[in-house]
Amino acid sequence: MASMRDIKRRRGSIQSTQQITKAMKLVSTVKLQKAKQRAEQSKEYFNCMYETVVSMLAKAGNINHPYLKAGDSSKKGIIVITSNRGLAGGYNSNVIKLVTQGDFRKEDVEVYVIGKKGRETLQRRGYSIREDYSDIVEEPLYSDAMEVSRKVLDDFVNGEIGEIYLAYTGFKNTVVHVPTLLKLLPVEAGAGNGAKDAGTDKMQGNTAPMNFEPEDDAALDMIIPKYVTSLIFGGLVEAVASENGARMQAMDSATSNAEEMIEHLTLMYNRARQGSITQELTEIIAGANAISM
Amino acid sequence: MADERNFRLKVITPERVFYDGDVNMVEFNTTEGEIGIYKGHVPMTVIVNPGILTISESDRARNAALHAGFVEILEDKVTILAEVIEWPEEIDKKRAEAAKARAEERLRTKTPETDVLRAETALKRAIARISVIS
Repeated sequence: MASMRDIKRRRGSIQSTQQITKAMKLVSTVKLQKAKQRAEQSKEYFNCMYETVVSMLAKAGNINHPYLKAGDSSKKGIIVITSNRGLAGGYNSNVIKLVTQGDFRKEDVEVYVIGKKGRETLQRRGYSIREDYSDIVEEPLYSDAMEVSRKVLDDFVNGEIGEIYLAYTGFKNTVVHVPTLLKLLPVEAGAGNGAKDAGTDKMQGNTAPMNFEPEDDAALDMIIPKYVTSLIFGGLVEAVASENGARMQAMDSATSNAEEMIEHLTLMYNRARQGSITQELTEIIAGANAISM
Repeated sequence: MADERNFRLKVITPERVFYDGDVNMVEFNTTEGEIGIYKGHVPMTVIVNPGILTISESDRARNAALHAGFVEILEDKVTILAEVIEWPEEIDKKRAEAAKARAEERLRTKTPETDVLRAETALKRAIARISVIS
């Protein structure tokens, strides 16, 4: 049995770890509230954007537009959104799994990484990192998303990549986060049947069909980049919320695990204490007996 | 009755709902030119050019600097999806003037590397900002 002093020291160290995890949990709870609010506030914009693009594509039909068909290059660009810091449970590895375990061949992938953790892991596994935007993850602004989308669209238009994907963690609610892989370009006409239905419903609700000014082609030219930007921004905002949610959960379970260990160690400590008292008593009694004999 | 001629205007940015209310008329710049919209407009989607957005409510008019985005016009509802939009009180006049000077400078001293389109957009934005304040 470990000595009393060892147990006490061990318990002390676990206690201070617990204090840290508790504090981290509180911090990420506050951050989560903020990020959640932002995600909710921006949701309306994306819904509108999505509806517009879907109804546009539904109307545009078979327009032969560069944004609507895959490029010649076999390379696939993936924007991977992870966190800059660890201790967030499976948050980062789940996103990376989307890349490493998906249908992508390592040689064909160009990664646009947002988040240090993702960069480190993917680099170690030998993926080619094209751009690194890790600084923007802490507080994503719309202008940051614009910068990223400008870069990927440039590469797409120049034929350096043929398809663009976005790997991020979707924020369902505080405890449910879904790693999501989204195809950004080429835009698939009528992507997602449910969404398409919503689009046509909307069209039927109006008495007159929607007109576009300028004409369809030019309008697509302008709207698709905005659409991509908004998806990237949406991904960022949701990823930040998910990151804090994941960290909160991880720290919560770490705190309760520490609690459990402390309980166990306290029990052991008390037993050891009792044991030593009993032993002392036995020794004294034995000594007294020896004298009185 | 002014109310019957009102329609619903929603201005949404990625960060917040910028404006939501019943208005009489709304004016702004599009890629095809300036337009003003009353209730009962033909359904249309247009792209925004940097300029002033004028919102005419029943009793007053409000201005804002609208820089980028697009607008979905329905008969009784207009939705502006704005990437960048500001109320006059949010604009820093000095910064806008500095940006204007910078963009003009860049256009004047053109080199092949200059991103003319970007400089022009920056100039338009700065002008829109300044004209909203004054």
